[in-house]
Amino acid sequence: MSSVTVGAERSEASAARRERMRLLVRSPSFVIGASVILFWVVCAILGDRITPYDPRFDQTPEIGAAPSWQHLFGTDRLGRDVFSRVLAGSRDILLIAPLATLLATVAGTTLGLITGYFKGIADDTISRVVDALLAIPLILLAVTVVAALGSRSTWTVIIVIAAVFTPIVARTVRAAVLGEADLDYVEAARLRGERSPYVMFSEVLPNVMPPILVEATIRLGYAIFAVATLSFIGFGLQPPSPDWAVQIADNYQDLAFEWWTVLFPAMAIASLVVAVNLVSDSVQQVLER
Amino acid sequence: MARYIAKRVGLALVTLVLLSMIVFAAAQLLPGDLGRSVLGRDASAEAVAEYNHAHGTDRSAVVQYLDWASGLPRGDFGTSLVPPEEPVWDVIRPALLNSLKLAVFAFVLVVPFGLLGGVLSGLRAGKALDRGITVVGLSLAVVPEFVTGLVLILVLSIWAGWLPVTAQWEPGAGVVSQIQHLTLPAIALTLVLFGYVARITRAGVVEALDADYTRTAFLKGLPRNTVIRRHVLRNALLPTIAVVATQVGYLLGGLVAIELLFNYRGIGLTTLEAAQLKDYTVLAAGVLIIGFTYVVVTLVADIVSALLNPRIRFEASE
Amino acid sequence: MTELALELRDLDVAYRVRGIDRPVLRGVSLEIAPGESYGLVGESGCGKSTAALAVVRYLARNGRVTGGSISVAGHDVLGMGGGALREYRGRSVSMVYQNPGAALNPSIRIGKQVAEAFAVLGASPGDARSRARAALAKVHIADPDSVMSRYPHQLSGGMQQRVVIAMALAKDPSLLILDEPTTGLDATVEAEVLDLVSQLQAELHTSVLFISHNLGVISKMCSRVGVLYAGRLVEEGPVETVLRDPRHPYTVGLLRCIPRGGVRKDHGRLDTIPGFLPPLGMEIVGCVFADRCALADARCREEEPPSIPVGGQHASRCWYHERAPELPREDAADLDLPPVERDAAPLVQLRELTKVFKQRGHEVHALTEVSAAIWPGETLGLVGESGSGKTTLARALLGIVPPTSGATLLESNELPPRYQQRSREELRALQIVFQNPDSALNRRHSVRRILLRSMKKLAGVAGAEAERRIADLAHRVRLTERTLTQKPAQLSGGLKQRVAIARAFAGDPKLVVCDEPTSALDVSVQAAILNLLVELQAEKRVAYLFISHDLGVVRYISDRIAVLYLGRVQELGPADVVFDGPHHPYTEALLSAVPTVDGGGRDRIRLEGDIPSAASPPSGCVFHTRCPRMLGDICVTTEPPLVEAEDGHHLRCHIPIEELRRLQGKERATA
Repeated sequence: MSSVTVGAERSEASAARRERMRLLVRSPSFVIGASVILFWVVCAILGDRITPYDPRFDQTPEIGAAPSWQHLFGTDRLGRDVFSRVLAGSRDILLIAPLATLLATVAGTTLGLITGYFKGIADDTISRVVDALLAIPLILLAVTVVAALGSRSTWTVIIVIAAVFTPIVARTVRAAVLGEADLDYVEAARLRGERSPYVMFSEVLPNVMPPILVEATIRLGYAIFAVATLSFIGFGLQPPSPDWAVQIADNYQDLAFEWWTVLFPAMAIASLVVAVNLVSDSVQQVLER
Repeated sequence: MARYIAKRVGLALVTLVLLSMIVFAAAQLLPGDLGRSVLGRDASAEAVAEYNHAHGTDRSAVVQYLDWASGLPRGDFGTSLVPPEEPVWDVIRPALLNSLKLAVFAFVLVVPFGLLGGVLSGLRAGKALDRGITVVGLSLAVVPEFVTGLVLILVLSIWAGWLPVTAQWEPGAGVVSQIQHLTLPAIALTLVLFGYVARITRAGVVEALDADYTRTAFLKGLPRNTVIRRHVLRNALLPTIAVVATQVGYLLGGLVAIELLFNYRGIGLTTLEAAQLKDYTVLAAGVLIIGFTYVVVTLVADIVSALLNPRIRFEASE
Repeated sequence: MTELALELRDLDVAYRVRGIDRPVLRGVSLEIAPGESYGLVGESGCGKSTAALAVVRYLARNGRVTGGSISVAGHDVLGMGGGALREYRGRSVSMVYQNPGAALNPSIRIGKQVAEAFAVLGASPGDARSRARAALAKVHIADPDSVMSRYPHQLSGGMQQRVVIAMALAKDPSLLILDEPTTGLDATVEAEVLDLVSQLQAELHTSVLFISHNLGVISKMCSRVGVLYAGRLVEEGPVETVLRDPRHPYTVGLLRCIPRGGVRKDHGRLDTIPGFLPPLGMEIVGCVFADRCALADARCREEEPPSIPVGGQHASRCWYHERAPELPREDAADLDLPPVERDAAPLVQLRELTKVFKQRGHEVHALTEVSAAIWPGETLGLVGESGSGKTTLARALLGIVPPTSGATLLESNELPPRYQQRSREELRALQIVFQNPDSALNRRHSVRRILLRSMKKLAGVAGAEAERRIADLAHRVRLTERTLTQKPAQLSGGLKQRVAIARAFAGDPKLVVCDEPTSALDVSVQAAILNLLVELQAEKRVAYLFISHDLGVVRYISDRIAVLYLGRVQELGPADVVFDGPHHPYTEALLSAVPTVDGGGRDRIRLEGDIPSAASPPSGCVFHTRCPRMLGDICVTTEPPLVEAEDGHHLRCHIPIEELRRLQGKERATA
């Protein structure tokens, strides 16, 4: 008997989930955004196997050639095929940005739950530190830490971005938790003798998941933004990575002569962040209706 | 009200002290052995020790912090670690002035457009115009500003030839020339910030339109334009002040990529170069000044919105 | 012949939800004569407010009139263009709604907002201001100039509503619509606002459409009443006739749900209306009420009854209107409420509980030396207006708010002041049912999970045993097996409150705090919840601390009643004694302030001014600033003690009880 009821419970919950999925799939901005992201993910996974030329080394005598049928996006001053480099350029950023976002979301959620739930001195202290951290523009904070650490490895970039985003996520989660913690169900849980970790993670957390999800998708957009910017100013990914921002950093001084080496990777970055933003926006619309 | 201001100022001071500690920790402690870091791996142990002693970095962290922090209120940020080892303030000051010029220009562009876009969007909530403004605004907001900037340079400057490629004018250039040079970066910034300002304005307008007091105003028989001008906008624009202010903070300091792209010697670029050169004192000063500006601007915005908001203004007198 | 103030003809209104028009009002026709006041009653979701908004042409964006006509003072409202509509809103119709705080613009001074209503009619700025001043004086605002220079948040709720009324009457409208104008205000403030409206209406001969869920208010304020159910006007007629001799089964049921006329729990269960309101926009064939009606037969389900005259102006949409008064009653027999044994030790004792909050440097005295006892199986009712300390008292008892001084004893053992320090036994013994079931239940958990967890933590059982007990508990509070698998959002308000009650009873508590458990519910649902609470009490001998602002409800369920004012017990005694008197002057005023369905009975005792702030309570007797029976200086200088004036009846008043009996008895006799 109880298995039957558990089944029924599942079906009620999954009906709600299906309804949300249906709304998502019907939203044009979600469909467009998701398709673009999917395209770049496929490129990242297949990598060199689908590019017409090797994205890292020159294979052609044509140096700085304008777009043609042979080289759709032209070649750069080392003779590398820009089209191949653009296709291959999503791999690093699609590894770093989601990982950093995930780390920041987990850490920020924990921090936000604790500060929002306990309030008091711990909250005041942490909130002040968060305020102070948020006063520093995120890129500069990342630059400072990267410069101080002296290392520019992929992991450094991931950790630094995660660290910079953690307080931002924490602040959002804290605000959501503050709204929940005043509700009577939290009091009811305490009045039956629940301990704080249970109340935080089993009672409050499920109720603040929608804002956390929304925040995570927004952060993903900014993580891409941040990785790209850091790479552009020389504090992120390093050559010879075919990363888009690295390509731009390499070539933008020659913009007047070889615009294709800059414009196409720039378009690629724009397409990815806008796609993530479209998805984030439609997820938000569906979760908050 | 005095109580409210006092509380805000107090909190801002605490934030500033914490900020200085964070900056000190990140820029001066995190590098570890300063002498080794500056002189490089090949330097002798004696040379490193001597360097550290000369720069006071062989003392305990607390002493170093207190020494550094006690100079801050006087504007003494120490000296640059890079020859010719000028006082940090002399390096920062001209950059700050440049940043201010760009920030003011961009601000003057983005605020009216952002407010207008947000109000239009809010008044037509749910319609095509609203979706258009929202989606385009937010999409532009997430595209890194160097990408937007590159496209603008390519189109307006290289292809059309209307505006100079760099933002840095010739020494002694007049106001007109300066404005010409700053137009491209300012447009790039406007495109990036438009979405934020518009979004917050829109939210305020939608909320005020749905409010009971708006219904009261309509039911008095007031014309739609009067209701919107007198009742909706007044309440809707209040929360945007704080948001606009945080953008000023950003405009004054977060422009590393734009300044690099346009080769404009503002505080962002100066700080970035300090980081590249491991000039930690300049780096710390740059970050600290940017953070300081942000905190002060936010504080001023809080107080201004409180002054405009009778609910807060009269809190104490109840 | 004069034109009708309002005429609705076969009005249909629909809301468009997910692309489908869902009817909300179905062919509503009604007329209001000049100077008449017409009451529209019904439970939430029946379409009352939609009707009002249609009249002022301010339906929500997805709402529209799909048929019929509206005319106000001879003007066809639906055909108006922009300019005519503004003119109509500016001159002919006004509306006052619930929550006056939100109806006023927070960032504009009162004077300017009121003046605007005159300026729109073409008054010059100076003229508009002086007329605004006069309008405020007319609604009995003592110092109009000072009020005009204030912002809305600086006024109390009662004052705000006066300002809104002043604006509404600015243009001497042909029709004034009042949509739940006093819901959410305290009883004494509500009474003042209602008095004001009656008086102004008599002066100005304004026609009024008065919308309320409260039959008592309608009976006090209106001469005719219409009963709305699922968007259909099911009964209409003169107020006294409809309330005394209702001819539609819905009205009959509604009136029987309300605990009134001194009915108490030991007299039997309250009647309820079974079933649920049809969902918004459902296609209905036949009578809208058929599904919930004990008299319904095949004809009712197939054929929509027309409005049938049943004598005088009284009409009912029921085929069997002559049998409506004989609607079968709830079975009253089987409640077995054992008498409370007061010789035994009390279950809970509150000893001089005092709570002082610090707020912005002020000390707020929420509770001052409150003492009371509750015996097993007893209900102690707690009444008082907002700020009286009812909720703080309950929270102190539960250990949510530790008292500043004083103690709580459970079965003669002192409880730790905070719940965190209390043992499982002690937590299990004291549970709570909250006012708002939406916030009291975790939206993300299924009902089963909510109950299982309480079972585990409070009763210490899990697994199959817990499942068995939950099935049993669900059966007792009448939750179906299907409900157990659902989440709170999928349940109606009444079902949610049943879940909350089941949760409180999971560990067999000894005392349950009920903090306004029915005030968010419609009366028909309220009756069912009250019945459930009484059944559980009969069965388990649980004690209740029952907080409510609804005196009828408190009287029904309580054995004894404590009256709180500014954190002090003013009166404490057996329920009947507290209601029948002699009363504390505050209790007397409170009782007289509440409009009842039966009407009349008591003379209104007017209380001057607002409830003082608990941050600076008055000297001496805290009630002296508003007391109509103040003796003299002693009331200002000395706080009277709470003394047992007669058997079990405690009063805090300088006037001797015999004197109170004489004063109150005499006035009643002449009333």
